Amino acid sequence: MAEKTSKHEFRSNTVPALVTVGPVAVLLLCLVVAPLILVAVMSFCSTDEFYNVVYKFTAVNYTKLFSVDYLRIYGQSLLIAFVTTVICVLVGYPFAYLIARNKTKWKKLLYMLVIIPFWTNSLIRIYGWRAFLGSSGWLNKFLMMLHIVDEPVDFLYKTGTTVLGMVYCFIPFMVLPLYTAIEKLDSSLLEASSDLGAKPLRTLFEVIIPLTASGIFSGCIMVFIPCLGYFFVSNILGGGNTDMIGNLIERQFKSANNWPLGAALSIILILVTLLLVKLYQKLGGDMDSLGV
Amino acid sequence: MGTIVEISGVNKLYGTNHVVKDLNIAVDEGEFLTLLGSSGCGKTTTLRMIAGFEEPTTGTIKVEGESIEEKEPFERNVNTVFQTYALFPHKTIFDNIAYGLKMKKVPKAEIKERVLEMMEMVQLTGFEKRYPAQLSGGQKQRVAIARALINRPRVLLLDEPLGALDLKLRKQMQLELKRLQKKLNITFIYVTHDQEEALTMSDRIAIMHDGVVDQLASPTDIYEHPATRFVATFIGETNIYDGCITSMKDGVATVTLENGAVKVGCDESFSILEYATVSVRPEKMRFDKKPHEGFELIAIVKGYIYVGSVLKCIVSLPNGNELRIERLAGQELPEVGSIIYPYWEPKDGVLIHNDSYKIFKALDEIGLA
Repeated sequence: MAEKTSKHEFRSNTVPALVTVGPVAVLLLCLVVAPLILVAVMSFCSTDEFYNVVYKFTAVNYTKLFSVDYLRIYGQSLLIAFVTTVICVLVGYPFAYLIARNKTKWKKLLYMLVIIPFWTNSLIRIYGWRAFLGSSGWLNKFLMMLHIVDEPVDFLYKTGTTVLGMVYCFIPFMVLPLYTAIEKLDSSLLEASSDLGAKPLRTLFEVIIPLTASGIFSGCIMVFIPCLGYFFVSNILGGGNTDMIGNLIERQFKSANNWPLGAALSIILILVTLLLVKLYQKLGGDMDSLGV
Repeated sequence: MGTIVEISGVNKLYGTNHVVKDLNIAVDEGEFLTLLGSSGCGKTTTLRMIAGFEEPTTGTIKVEGESIEEKEPFERNVNTVFQTYALFPHKTIFDNIAYGLKMKKVPKAEIKERVLEMMEMVQLTGFEKRYPAQLSGGQKQRVAIARALINRPRVLLLDEPLGALDLKLRKQMQLELKRLQKKLNITFIYVTHDQEEALTMSDRIAIMHDGVVDQLASPTDIYEHPATRFVATFIGETNIYDGCITSMKDGVATVTLENGAVKVGCDESFSILEYATVSVRPEKMRFDKKPHEGFELIAIVKGYIYVGSVLKCIVSLPNGNELRIERLAGQELPEVGSIIYPYWEPKDGVLIHNDSYKIFKALDEIGLA
């Protein structure tokens, strides 16, 4: 009998588990865990005069991270990410509401308006913005044609331009969780609120926003965190004037050729991200709605 | 007692789907009126039009003599108890009930006093700080009712409020609702598909069928004098026969059915040779071992169904139609397979016009009948 049970257990658990989870586990080990360990190890190394990595323990990279210049860029990154997130909420919420509560045939079209850019390479779209905003871009040509301005306006390479690009890139990440949350909202609650004498604006603040707070929350996390690490938007539209943490990392790995310092910066970014996700969980956020 | 809600000539169309057809109902002040009908008959749509969630395609709805088409739901002096309760999940029971008063900017102290008083009335004292998810179905229902009633509406609209409760709780809540309605003297317009619920609670019932009110009358009238074939079959159990009126004398018509002639009480609206429907409740049915005067029905006993206080005797007519005859348990019963002669007191049967009546009237108008 005992033998039978153990045989049964073997058959029902071990083999299917190995077959199904095994390959995924191996893949994750090779593509996520191993590189992460490598980054962590490298962050404690240094380089020789030929920019080769010297595998010898040192904490010098981490001390460099606290220089004033770097701290300024962290601050700037956090500010840009914050402003981007706020704009995404303000623009994304009405739009998500419009799609989610729409009962007409336009619903699908509106939804696709969010999804299609989401599927298109964001690098290409950002270059598109540069062409549009540049001194000989369409916008300037148009303004000059209407004689609103006489000379091309310098739209590019400003903090505002970077924020614009960021908002443009990340708005789907805000709209989609908001859409899900608003879609789930039981319309009889809105009717009940109106029935009890609440004007539309009261209903918005008393019922709609509190009940979709989880969507707003996960949308903010989905925008804020990747925003910190994005580098090409500030590269292309900010022209190096509005560096993000992502730009610092990119530079260490490419032009500066200081991989250990880049690794240390990456570790810092990962830690900040983990901290924010932890905060999100602490405040009652749902991990599923982040797609994690 | 005046009219508080007046629905006149209301039609509602969704695209080409005509859900409410030329509806005319006058609801009296302090009345408990039930809209009864199976799903898709337009009863909920009617309620939602009074609440303001739907707009009538044509026609007017007046509350307290004032037309309300132009008013948004939040401007109307009616409140709704929703089928799904629609309690705000992020607010405590206290805040849920206080919601309407808060919107009206009633002073805080008064809100507190009125909410606590209302909670006592619906027996929820002590639940102030709980959230809707922590309550049972029956308790949620009480909160929904309290939340609506606290605004002291002139009319309370209830959309199948007891639909989600189990039978025992439903019975209890029926009585409680009726008690509240009498105590607060508020007009209730109640939507349900449960005929027993309608019969127990209502002052008047409007039976809706396919967007039309078939009959609007007291529960007794509806049960004893159904106006249409649909009403007769929808409310309670009945034996129904179609036949032709062959003679009329002293308010009693002889109707010839497929299985023979029967007698049934009638009024002047019927005429000889009209095709009409006869409805007789099982408890009004009698039978004898020999033919009864004026009745030519003959039947064979097929079996019995025991339902507690009564026995239902199923008998079969020559054309295969079945009849149900109710007997009190303990009465002497014929054996299965024996021949009996069903009859009833003519006044206990109801004669109903059916669609042929309309054709008959139309023909009469052009002088052909």
